[in-house]
Amino acid sequence: MIPSLTLPSLIITLSFLSGCSGPQSILNPAGPSALAVSRLWWGMFGFSVTVLLVVMTLWIYAMRRKPRPLTEAQADRINQSWIIGGGLVLPIAGIVALLSFSIPMGYRMLPLPVAGQSVPHIDVIGHQWWWEVRYPDTDIVLINELHLPAGTPVDIHVTSSDVIHSFWVPRLAGKIDMIPGRTNVLRIEADAPGQLLGKCAEFCGVGHAHMLLEVQVHTPEDYEAWLEAYEYE
Amino acid sequence: MNTNNETRKTRDALHDEFLKVWGNPRGWHALTIVNHTTVGIRFMVTGGIFFLIGGLLAMLMRTQLALPEQDIIEPKLYDQLFTMHGTVMMFLFAVPVLEGLAMYLIPKMIGARDLVFPRLSAFGYWCYLFGSLILMSSLVLGIAPAGGWFMYTPLTNNVYSPGPNVDFWLLGVTFIEISAVSAGIELTVSILRTRTSGMALLHMPLFCWYILVMALMIVFGFPPLILGSILLELERAVGMPFFDVARGGDPILWQHLFWLFGHPEVYIIFLPAAGIVSTLLPVFSRQPIVGYRWIVLAIISTGFISFGLWVHHMFTVGIPQLAQAFFSMASMLVAIPTGIQLFAWLATLWTGRPVYHVPMLWLVGFLFIFMIGGLTGVMLALVPFNWQVHDTHFVVAHLHYVMVGGMLFPLLAGLYYWLPHFSGRMPSDKLARWGFWLTFVGFNTTFLVMHLTGFLGMPRRVYTYQAGMGWELPNSVSSVGGFIMAMGIAMVLLDIVLHFRFGRPAGSNPWGADTLEWATDTPPQPYNFISLPDCPMRHPMWDQPDLQTTIAEGHHGLSEIDHGRRETWGSDPVSGAIREIIHLPGNSWLPFYSALALSVLCISLLTRTYSMALIAVVASLLLLLSWSWKNCVYLEADSAVKPGYPPLHSRTFNGPGLWGMVVTLLADGALFLAILFGWLYLRVVAPNWQAPDTAPLAWLPLLISGVLLTVATFWHHFIVRRLRAGRDDHLQGQLWGIAVIGLAHCCVFIWAWSASSLVATQTAHDAVIAVILMYQLFHSGLAVIMTALQAKRVAYGYVGKTAPYEIAVVKPWWIYTNAVFWLSFLAVIMLPIAWRSA
Repeated sequence: MIPSLTLPSLIITLSFLSGCSGPQSILNPAGPSALAVSRLWWGMFGFSVTVLLVVMTLWIYAMRRKPRPLTEAQADRINQSWIIGGGLVLPIAGIVALLSFSIPMGYRMLPLPVAGQSVPHIDVIGHQWWWEVRYPDTDIVLINELHLPAGTPVDIHVTSSDVIHSFWVPRLAGKIDMIPGRTNVLRIEADAPGQLLGKCAEFCGVGHAHMLLEVQVHTPEDYEAWLEAYEYE
Repeated sequence: MNTNNETRKTRDALHDEFLKVWGNPRGWHALTIVNHTTVGIRFMVTGGIFFLIGGLLAMLMRTQLALPEQDIIEPKLYDQLFTMHGTVMMFLFAVPVLEGLAMYLIPKMIGARDLVFPRLSAFGYWCYLFGSLILMSSLVLGIAPAGGWFMYTPLTNNVYSPGPNVDFWLLGVTFIEISAVSAGIELTVSILRTRTSGMALLHMPLFCWYILVMALMIVFGFPPLILGSILLELERAVGMPFFDVARGGDPILWQHLFWLFGHPEVYIIFLPAAGIVSTLLPVFSRQPIVGYRWIVLAIISTGFISFGLWVHHMFTVGIPQLAQAFFSMASMLVAIPTGIQLFAWLATLWTGRPVYHVPMLWLVGFLFIFMIGGLTGVMLALVPFNWQVHDTHFVVAHLHYVMVGGMLFPLLAGLYYWLPHFSGRMPSDKLARWGFWLTFVGFNTTFLVMHLTGFLGMPRRVYTYQAGMGWELPNSVSSVGGFIMAMGIAMVLLDIVLHFRFGRPAGSNPWGADTLEWATDTPPQPYNFISLPDCPMRHPMWDQPDLQTTIAEGHHGLSEIDHGRRETWGSDPVSGAIREIIHLPGNSWLPFYSALALSVLCISLLTRTYSMALIAVVASLLLLLSWSWKNCVYLEADSAVKPGYPPLHSRTFNGPGLWGMVVTLLADGALFLAILFGWLYLRVVAPNWQAPDTAPLAWLPLLISGVLLTVATFWHHFIVRRLRAGRDDHLQGQLWGIAVIGLAHCCVFIWAWSASSLVATQTAHDAVIAVILMYQLFHSGLAVIMTALQAKRVAYGYVGKTAPYEIAVVKPWWIYTNAVFWLSFLAVIMLPIAWRSA
């Protein structure tokens, strides 16, 4: 049992240590939503590894141990406590704990109105196999390029002109599907200026692998300047 | 010595006599075999071959992904590979193999001689084989479906996927699903109605509980996908716009229909595998399973819960938050019944005295892999986390942990456990261990690291990736792991092939098991048991060690065979008390020919040669009707039973046929509910729903047509009641009368339809109504044909007060047709009126 697990677990540990910082890694968050999810993941990871190790140890121990002779009543009591403890109490406690974290977290990620501030929005339309990005109230139309201000929430309004695509900038937030005939809204926010990558996440045909989006995050001042400069062009 | 010889002689003589009735023909006539042992093995072997093909497709994909920016496989082919890999593993391997195992084992475990509808088992197998071959041929021709195994539209409609690729999927998979549903019906009725004397529900081996719930889940779970496939095919072939936004449809409806099936499907695959675990563990722990009733409860609640969480596959679609929270919670609830089973198994080991054999290795492997899959499953049920990792390689890793851990590993444990039963020989311990360790290490190397690949942002279904994302190393590791796993599987195969030649003879009951399947010969005879024992207990082989001998010597029930009938007990669904003798049909060409006719239909629809399709429809109809004509109801002279025995099932009102009909109607009802769901869903949710200002159908002719149908139904009900009272005067005339009224109903109905303003290709509104009308007409028409056929059979003397069985079988069909009519009337005529006035 143990030696066979060493290799894969070694590999995964090493890769985790080296790989979390990848340019498209959700464990290398660049915005509040992605940060919340990555924290959630590390919490769940710890919990899951504990459960897995405990159950596996118990199981292997149970297979190897020599039980002392039990009366029927004793055996029944032991069995009952295993089933109720492991089958009812453990999962129910786990579920309640996880949901009490995740439901409020999901709620906070929704595009709800922010008090005292209007959230700007950008339209993104999916095509086979490119992104059309439109800035409302301006004539700006970009292809495969998205410019954002840092430090402010922005609503991305997504739809599709043909098949279903999915808008995803892993380091900022989760994904949202782009569906013909509907408009979905995703609230994103980038912490700091820099370059990020987005990718179509829903399989959309032969060009799916190459449907990439470059995301440029500016400081709020640069962003305003960029908007104006673009308008005059 | 002398008495010993004497017993041996009678034992061999009995065997010879039974073989005359039950024996399997050889050569071409082997195609007529309906016996469950043969059909079960055919299912498993065919499924095993498709598993290897599916694995080969995966190897090709892993080769392409091993390094960044490779162009070994072009994207067009890669898309076909992953679509077919998923489709083959789900529809051509997992479900059929488990059905085959269940078909092979269930009758033996419940002390029956065959499944209750043997010709249906054979028919299911041929549908599966032909459907699979049609689907696989597309891969050979290079025109395989390429939309991903869940076939999301609009990518799969005829605008974005012209050509026959998607049609192969829709038609082939539907064909295979017919086989799955027929197996579901057959297993349900067999488990409920053919258990041996005294085997109450709570005496059944747990495996039977798992299969019962799986079978019922197939019955309710597959129809939504069958409907979805029919609708998408109609949209592609005829232009009825169910999923086209511009014309009032909605592509999300497809996702709902698909996952309404797709999620229960996961448990349809997991439950039998868990059943294998619950069967093996107590045998190797040398004590009864702990918490039998807890586990039964857990199985049943898994069945129910699994229908309430399909939306967790669609969290990124933009569904309201409240609904997401609900489905998130429902998804997590599954952890409770799974936890109960897990800890019942642990307790069984804890208080038992475990012994080590190869199947136990696979069970430990199962536990490790499945637990990881289950834990990541709980994570995925959390909506915010799901938004991040949905459609990435994290999900690919998760689903392989669930499927391989929850299905393949228990299946291989079961394969090693029952191998001596299939072949009478033991596998090699050494090779088996190599096979396990290579598979286990290879699997974890491939998929554990794939969680990370997903975290690094790699979406699923991309045929290549650029360097510099950090994806190179994990992908290379996964590819290497894949090849290690392939070696492990090859080792298992080698072991199985070699054991037929070199394995040492297993003897009877080599593992010291408790269940009845080990009371047959190994390998088993087609009749399973010479005599059928009383079994009011959970562990017959532990309680009565000489059971195998006493069965073979004919000391138990139903050991007479001179009448030449294939017989098994028909028993009470709850208590297992004997109610009748079920007279089973023998070998027949009908299943093979019917499936052949249906596959001609399938191919002609694929090639859009509709004249050919029409011929195939007529041929199938004729074959199926002659099937229903040649059943086991014979004239009085052939139906004598030994005094003291219960009557043959054809002399009763409540035989297996009635149960088969009711379970079929449950599946049919699930399909109809899916249609109604589509109708209401599109009305409420479709972005461009267009309903005409005036009602497209006139209500008065429909009302008249409905009244005629109701009259026919009541009349039919009335004659069944008279038959029960022992009166069959004017039976033939009355049946003709019912058929004529039914026909009048159909004519008025068709007239009302043709006078309507429906244009099925214009709006989704009209298209859905057209589907509802077609559905109704199919049921009404079949009711008329069946009743006319009954009238003919009265004339031949096959049906009457001594043999009332068949009329009672047709009755639920009339009631169902009637219910469908009035529900449709309510939904299509009344609801819009109420809607408009509100």
